[in-house]
Amino acid sequence: MPTTYLEAIREGLWEEMERDPDVFLLGEDIGVYGGAFKVTAGFHERFGERRVVDTPISEAAIVGAAIGASFLGLRPVAEMQFADFISCAFDQIVNFAAKCRYRWGAAVPIVVRAPSGGGVHGGPFHSQNPEMWFVRTPGLKVVAPATAYDAKGLIKAAIRDNDPVIFFEHKALYRRVKEDLPPGDWTVPIGKARVARAGSDLSIVTYGAMLWTALEAAETLAGEGVSAEVVDLRTLLPLDRETVCDSVKKTSKALLLHEDTRTGGMAGELAATISESVFEHLDAPIVRVTAPDTPVPYSPPLEEAFLPNAAKVIEKARWLCRY
Amino acid sequence: MGTQSMSATQAGLAHKCFYYMALMREIEDRVERKLYRQGKIVGGVYVGRGQEAISVGAALLAEPEDVLFPSHRDMAAFLIRGVPPGRILAQYMGREGGLTRGRDGNMHMGDLKLHIVAFISALAATVPVAAGAALALQYKGSGNVAMCWFGEGSTSLGHWHEGMNFASVKKLPVAWICNNNQYAYSTPVSAQMACANVADRGASYNIPAEIVDGNDVLAVHEATRRALAQVRSGAGPYLLECKTFRMTGHSAHDAAHYVPQELRDEWERLDPIERLETRMLAEGWAARDEIDAVRAQIQREVDEAVAWAEASPFPGAASLLDGVYEDG
Repeated sequence: MPTTYLEAIREGLWEEMERDPDVFLLGEDIGVYGGAFKVTAGFHERFGERRVVDTPISEAAIVGAAIGASFLGLRPVAEMQFADFISCAFDQIVNFAAKCRYRWGAAVPIVVRAPSGGGVHGGPFHSQNPEMWFVRTPGLKVVAPATAYDAKGLIKAAIRDNDPVIFFEHKALYRRVKEDLPPGDWTVPIGKARVARAGSDLSIVTYGAMLWTALEAAETLAGEGVSAEVVDLRTLLPLDRETVCDSVKKTSKALLLHEDTRTGGMAGELAATISESVFEHLDAPIVRVTAPDTPVPYSPPLEEAFLPNAAKVIEKARWLCRY
Repeated sequence: MGTQSMSATQAGLAHKCFYYMALMREIEDRVERKLYRQGKIVGGVYVGRGQEAISVGAALLAEPEDVLFPSHRDMAAFLIRGVPPGRILAQYMGREGGLTRGRDGNMHMGDLKLHIVAFISALAATVPVAAGAALALQYKGSGNVAMCWFGEGSTSLGHWHEGMNFASVKKLPVAWICNNNQYAYSTPVSAQMACANVADRGASYNIPAEIVDGNDVLAVHEATRRALAQVRSGAGPYLLECKTFRMTGHSAHDAAHYVPQELRDEWERLDPIERLETRMLAEGWAARDEIDAVRAQIQREVDEAVAWAEASPFPGAASLLDGVYEDG
């Protein structure tokens, strides 16, 4: 039976808690209630309140406590109820967790789970994609899986990692994507992108929920005789620049796609990387498809206009191919 | 215990306290009044002059596995845990021999092998982290506790309140120790908070709190003993407010003209080291020549430590990128 993206995260957490008694969860409403999205439903019954810690509404305390517990050898997984609230814990993440190893050699093996993304009519405070606040913070690792396979493999890898990992799980994917997962204990390496669809005419580089938009666009483009390669970054920090550049070397055209807003988004860093490393392979300008620089609006026509979609990608891809 | 042996115990404790307070004072004097002016301290200097009784009186009660979270004015916590003065001086000078090997300066340092956590500049952020360490101690069923120091200025920040609340709700084994030195940089306590005492804040978290004379090291020691008894019993956190005074500016570049002279004079007379010395002589716990001998020994120790630190190389620029992550 196929496993949903949400179920994959849940399985990953469950297996790691069964494997390692030092792994524990903390967050708001994650225990008896099972979490706002039910990712941790049933954990309280199985692991008890010692390992499934319900907290006050207190993101700085949640992440701070995770950091302090990690100093004593525990492996905390902190849940932000929505990624939008992670800003309440900003100082703990970017000034405390991220800098300990470099400053005084102290490992901070924590995971901060952050349900992110739009398309769910969540409005300005339940829809954001705040990944770039953290991608520009050395010392953190930032992952953003798009598939159930990667969600399970990356949550397990994040828990085993000895550096702080921010785990962006896209809310719109929770129950919408599913696949058959292999049995056994496996992980997905942090820091490795994946070619999700091979192609030869242009490269669409993306991550998170936009992978599915890219694949939908690539399918339509194939019907028009355009072969699009789709690269799923999976990890945003450290960034797998090699896989991105290898793809662009092959196709000579780059379309960079993300749901995050435009200015300071990942596409800018990717464009700079491509220009610096494989400029002579380019046959056309680098193209970005992103959300505009606005807050995430609530009303459906506005949110639809805000979010990138396959039609917007196809339009830019056609332009690139004509160039 | 008989009166005589109790007095001997007090005398022994007083000697220990005197040594660590005087050592901290001498290291900080050397840093602030000599090395800084010679340009050998490459960054800021934040000392605990006048506040030595707090880190000494409290940290002497820490068990080796208790986790310490000292602030920048609590150098003695490091000394008591066995960090050599030379390494602290090297830290100030940005040398390889410092605890952070030149990655950070002044008292921004820690060593997990010694169970000391390095604070970050926004000091209140340490409070939830200390609560987390206490959570881990509780999780592991350890009898150990966390001890966390901060100033009264920290109590204005949200992280402080979140950490207090979390620790109390979860009944975590952590002792909160406030150095209320009456000024947060240039802001007096009356402009920092509308309640009279930091201890008053304890009530809103149902945390027992007490106020102690922070310039009386034996009183701080006794109060810490009460705090730790409560914390080790599993009853939850305890808040100790040590009333003291910052006898310097916020940092070496701050002449603190905003502090009234009468206040300085008043607290000058309450210098915790002089007070202890006077008491030791009066109680017959030490003779004048013993005190002089300790001071002379400290001078030699710090001379050697300065020489050691100055001999420690600066880090090579080639190491710039190392250690951001475990794998490089």
